[in-house]
Amino acid sequence: MKTDLNKKYLPLTILCIIVLFALVILIDPVGPLEGKIDPIFGLYVSRIIKISAVYAICALSMNMVNGFTGLFSLGQPGFMAIGAYTCALLTLTPEAKQAVFYLEPIAPFLANIHAPFIVAMIVGGIFAAIGAFIIGFPVLRLKGDYLAIASLGFSEIIRVICVNAQSITNGANGINKIPTDITALLIFVVLAVVTIFMLVMMKTSYGRALLSIREDEVAAQAMGINLFKHKMIAFVISGFLAGIAGAMLASIVGAIDPKQFMFTLAYTLLLMVVLGGQGSISGSIVGAFIVTIAQEVLRFVDEPINIGPIHYPGISGMRMVVFSILLMCIILFWSRGIFGNKEFSWNRLFGKKAKSKLKKEGGEA
Amino acid sequence: MKNTLEIKDLYVRYGGIEALRGVSMSIPEGKIITLVGANGAGKSTTLRSISKLVKPYKGSITYNDEELLNLSPKEIVERGIIHVPEGRHVFPDMTVLENLKIGAYLRKDNIKPDIEYAHKLFPILKDRSNQLAGTLSGGEQQMLAVARGLMAKPKVLMMDEPSLGLAPLIIKDIFSIIERVNKEEGVTILLIEQNANAALKIADYGYVMETGTIELEGLGSDLRNNDHVKELYLGRAAE
Repeated sequence: MKTDLNKKYLPLTILCIIVLFALVILIDPVGPLEGKIDPIFGLYVSRIIKISAVYAICALSMNMVNGFTGLFSLGQPGFMAIGAYTCALLTLTPEAKQAVFYLEPIAPFLANIHAPFIVAMIVGGIFAAIGAFIIGFPVLRLKGDYLAIASLGFSEIIRVICVNAQSITNGANGINKIPTDITALLIFVVLAVVTIFMLVMMKTSYGRALLSIREDEVAAQAMGINLFKHKMIAFVISGFLAGIAGAMLASIVGAIDPKQFMFTLAYTLLLMVVLGGQGSISGSIVGAFIVTIAQEVLRFVDEPINIGPIHYPGISGMRMVVFSILLMCIILFWSRGIFGNKEFSWNRLFGKKAKSKLKKEGGEA
Repeated sequence: MKNTLEIKDLYVRYGGIEALRGVSMSIPEGKIITLVGANGAGKSTTLRSISKLVKPYKGSITYNDEELLNLSPKEIVERGIIHVPEGRHVFPDMTVLENLKIGAYLRKDNIKPDIEYAHKLFPILKDRSNQLAGTLSGGEQQMLAVARGLMAKPKVLMMDEPSLGLAPLIIKDIFSIIERVNKEEGVTILLIEQNANAALKIADYGYVMETGTIELEGLGSDLRNNDHVKELYLGRAAE
């Protein structure tokens, strides 16, 4: 959310970043503060914020493929599952593994490996990236809806493997007792790094090449852009990011099972990207926070409410109905999402026409 | 005449349909060559097979004695053969400037002078630098497509119907710029046109295509006066 490098707003931008990180530390105290102060909004809020930030990384990863490169891919849950399971298997202590795999003992080569979370997260990302690379060869030759179906199929294959590879993934029981020592600070630092990486990349000629593929494949090819290579690189980076997000999710929740990585997750992520605006980095982040937080905030409509004489009996699942209606309204009024394909900027926020500025900058805009 | 781009006995199939049946052409360096013909004659297919957007199954395409038949589209661009596709394929959600920069995608050198040159040829593109290409008018989009092609520093520029759907005055502008690029920069031009009269006027040499083969060829001025061509493509007005 720091795309606007206008000098005028620089202090404001820096202030926002400082406040944001102060909040991050306050909701989930780390280092010397740990244990000394309580999370200011309680554990429940701090957990929702953490999950939102992880979904923001997922949404960014999906935006890279769907928003920037224009490939309609729904393979994200599969990559997240690879990252989550890799991370879980690496961070569980050997003793905990014995306890978790009680139905069928864990495969011997996995029984004694152990790594700190950071390593596990990166290894998870790399495995997901490798998965993306392999699946990319057949899948990226397809276009549009066909690509969506093929990538969704891949994601389901990964899930089914997770259900059936009992000695590696503990099957449908899932894996629990995963150390939940990930801090909000770490998640937000990763989110910031990913955001900056995306912003920088989209300014390079490589980023422009991805956009041009989205806009017009024929013209992009006529300009000498190797379509397959660029699609593949975007797909692999996206896989890597989804992998590390999956790993973080495993470490926040502490337990994973194949059901978490169903195709419905792909739709939720797609929703975040479309709501924020396809092709907008800040849009994806905002979309992820809105969707995740709204799903929690709307919990009250599931419960019985008394408004004066009117008694409303709680209907569980009602919040999803309300949520869907809200989304439909948003999409009706902002058909290109909240941000369109633009980025957050103070100028737009304060309603100023930035046109004269743009003209002065001329070359770089 | 030194032949730079030589096409010999080219065959292209789309499924079971033969789009090109033994097309042979030569495009000498520094000239304007035009390819005229009716819809479906195979003009675009010829261009697309040179830039490798479609793969010919038989024949040969050589450029300075190098065989191009098995190269990728990227390698063709690297050799300076640039294709401006039909129907102004600009990148609508990118700014005019970004569109120009994409044109120079494979170049590693300084592109500033070329942006300036493009702005000199098409002053309107300079005013519209930060506007999204999709918001330009049809004529401006076509100018942008040509300018983007020039950003790749072409040795051979292949243009597929640059006059499609444009007002006569704008067509005149674009044709005069094509001539200018040819004279000033020495860029070889291969031009496809339905508007045979205008194309043959600026062309040094022309080819007339019909259903996948070359029917006629000759100097631009000769073809304009050829009775067969007149009847088929120029209409009575040209007499």
